[in-house]
Amino acid sequence: MQDMNTEDIVGDYAEHTLTFADSSTRKIYTSNEETYFPDGCLIVSRTDTKGIITHANKSFVEMSGYAIDELIGQPHYILRHPDMPPAAFKDLWDTLNRGEKWHGYVKNLRKDGGFYWVYATAIPNIRKGEVVGYTSVRRKPSLKKVKECESLYPTMF
Amino acid sequence: MSYNFTVSPDFKPDLISGWFVFNTWLQKQLDSNIHLELHNSFKELSNAIDKQTVDLVYSNPHDISRLVRDEGFLPVAKPKSKPDEAIIATSAESNVNSIEDLSSAISIAQTDAPDVNTIGMIMLEPADLAKDELQFIDCATYVVIAKHLISGDAEVGFFLAEAFNELSGLVQKQLKPLISSKIHMIHHALLVGPKMHDMIEPIQKLLLNMHQEEKGRKILSDLDIADWEIMDYEEAEFMIDLMDTLVT
Repeated sequence: MQDMNTEDIVGDYAEHTLTFADSSTRKIYTSNEETYFPDGCLIVSRTDTKGIITHANKSFVEMSGYAIDELIGQPHYILRHPDMPPAAFKDLWDTLNRGEKWHGYVKNLRKDGGFYWVYATAIPNIRKGEVVGYTSVRRKPSLKKVKECESLYPTMF
Repeated sequence: MSYNFTVSPDFKPDLISGWFVFNTWLQKQLDSNIHLELHNSFKELSNAIDKQTVDLVYSNPHDISRLVRDEGFLPVAKPKSKPDEAIIATSAESNVNSIEDLSSAISIAQTDAPDVNTIGMIMLEPADLAKDELQFIDCATYVVIAKHLISGDAEVGFFLAEAFNELSGLVQKQLKPLISSKIHMIHHALLVGPKMHDMIEPIQKLLLNMHQEEKGRKILSDLDIADWEIMDYEEAEFMIDLMDTLVT
């Protein structure tokens, strides 16, 4: 995946290099600009079995800051924020690989370096007994739970 | 052979005659005997599905999962641009102005419409209320929900957005919407059971052509449906997956 572009970043930023489970790396830039989840909306996306985005709804496009064409075909970890502990994503994939539903609070990275918190649910898409992809739905999180995660997640690295 | 048709019990009462006219029209077009039976509650509908006495159903999105995955139903069509959206409202006199203002035990007035109640509960989540802080008041109609809110018996009510918007001006003035869903992807659908699988294509063809004839347009108008769109199996599965993520 391409590194982030400093020209897309709004405000002061910090540079990080993320290493993903597939051993690929990406240089990213993060700012402290938070975008709040829009009331009444759901962010919906689907991926193939390798986690490559195949569908993104309008709310996903708006909240991520990417154009739809910049999302389709990219790994879902295009949203990965360095404040998220890798253990959360290991738990996600372990849960999905058991064929179960996963829930969790996630801090996502926007194209402009800002972030947004979501309460995410992911499930395997099972067709004729086989997993053909995954659906992820993100909704507005409770502020109390977000504050708990902001305290907990730094202790999980 | 005769078939049984039913409509999700959350239809508006003033659409009853429209569904009977639709059924008569469909029988003539298919040259088949189709009996329309309307159920008074989702429980009654569920019993009819258990007894396998339903062959054609205009289904609530919540029931589509069971019908498709467990009962062998297949999607036929969906109403065009008619998503099921929900509104959480309170009394106009309430001090509560947003979901986050709900901070203690509350009473929720709701009908038995499962999709509206599911979306309503999702939209309440940011208030971070524990399940044991919620008390539910079951209501037969959305007007009854409004009465509970106006009288102060319930703090919030779950409305189908369409139903909320059709409340009289006098009633709406006494209510305050706190949040409206903008999901766009959850909707009712027409499904056929195993006995009617071989009729999917003929029915789809009829539905797609309905708006081209005056009689068809009148029936659509009486059903409050602008037009039909084909719904394929994968679209139904997608909506089922989506609903599955919303059920905690």
